[in-house]
Amino acid sequence: MTRNLFDQQLDDLHQNMLRMAGLVEESIEKTIIALKNHDVKLAEKIYRGDDLIDDLEKIIEEQCLNLIVQQQPLAKDLRTISAALKIITDMERIADHSSDIAEFTIKMAPEKYIKPLVDIPKMAECAKAMVNRAIDAYIKQDVELAATVCTADDEVDELFSLIVLELTEIMKKCPDTVGQAINLIMIAKYLERMADHATNIGEWVIYGVTGKHRKYNNKLT
Amino acid sequence: MNNTQIKISTKNLNLYYGDNHAVKNINIRIEEKKVTALIGPSGCGKSTFLKTLNRMNDLIPYVRITGDVYFEDLDVYKDYDIVELRKRIGMVFQKPNPFPMSIYDNVAYGPRTHGIKAKEILDEIVKSSLEKAALWEEVKDRLKQNALGLSGGQQQRLCIARVLAVEPEVILMDEPTSALDPLATLKIEDLVHELRNNYTIIIVTHNMQQAARISDQTAFFLHGEVVEYGPTKKIFRVPEDKRTEDYITGRFG
Repeated sequence: MTRNLFDQQLDDLHQNMLRMAGLVEESIEKTIIALKNHDVKLAEKIYRGDDLIDDLEKIIEEQCLNLIVQQQPLAKDLRTISAALKIITDMERIADHSSDIAEFTIKMAPEKYIKPLVDIPKMAECAKAMVNRAIDAYIKQDVELAATVCTADDEVDELFSLIVLELTEIMKKCPDTVGQAINLIMIAKYLERMADHATNIGEWVIYGVTGKHRKYNNKLT
Repeated sequence: MNNTQIKISTKNLNLYYGDNHAVKNINIRIEEKKVTALIGPSGCGKSTFLKTLNRMNDLIPYVRITGDVYFEDLDVYKDYDIVELRKRIGMVFQKPNPFPMSIYDNVAYGPRTHGIKAKEILDEIVKSSLEKAALWEEVKDRLKQNALGLSGGQQQRLCIARVLAVEPEVILMDEPTSALDPLATLKIEDLVHELRNNYTIIIVTHNMQQAARISDQTAFFLHGEVVEYGPTKKIFRVPEDKRTEDYITGRFG
């Protein structure tokens, strides 16, 4: 006995999860490009444009609810579907933070940056890679891969502390920089939270596969 | 927290239909005033196992049983009179099987068999049994009518009332809703939920959602063995054995 229709539906769900993750990764990438290049146009596009991700979230949510109604999933199937429902919320939040950062980009566009942006793009790169790996782990149902996402969060946290320290020093030396430094700290904070959401995704993957919660960060529970 | 009593337990229980080893070395402890669901594919031995608990297999000539079944620490096969045993461990079957007599007489049948003759007492037993089986309101004005005129769902609740009338402690249910429509099924499930407060219930079901809804403990049977036995919530969310997982997710075989 197999469940061809159900397995096909689960596959469709996974395809949409991959699509959503792709869009989220793209939003992180573009957000940082806009920030680096003072690109107001691109930032505005990101700021207004996470509708696509929101729409996909709704579609996936409906797919999950339909699967629950039609297939009455149990055990691993139930966990996979409930994990999907949680994961899309985290992905949607990450995209929201891309919009948040884009808003700052627009605000700061006329200004010259008080320092070259090095660690912020690094944080973004990390967060993006974490989302990518978390969804890969979800599709492959790979606990070990999901665990590496969770541990990668430490790296992002370290970068965040570093950025805050550095900007604090700059502010101390030159109070004129305070306005922009605060904005940059906010941006770094959004990136740090993106990584926390990616960690949550990793944790949901682990739950989906093993049925047990493994906690890596307690900031966003 | 942990003061649950064990009502029924088995020790190395085996049952053979001739050469067919149908129930294999079952060691299980059924908790008192809990609902225990037995699930598994057809032919896995769950109904046969259920019937060993009140010796329903006794009359099948080629059945051989080894091992022990304990009901409150006494051996079901050695220490009990069978009439007494079945009074205390009642049974409800897959198809409603009311006797071809009035609703009243169906419920009064057991108590009469056990020697109760006084009309007032029988009236009271019939009323309270039908009430407990959530059937009283529907039949109170037609107790003298033939039970076969009731709907399938009502007949099954009548059978439950008939079991309750002899004040059992344990109720065995062998797929009690498989012949009923969804609404009648939900009524029986509600009833099981009510009855768990006062009775130990063991239910065989093919309906996984039903097991998940109404039971506290679940045992998964396969090829005559208990593969996994534990809290229902755990079995349906995070089963430990791959075979349980495959069965309940429908990817079995």
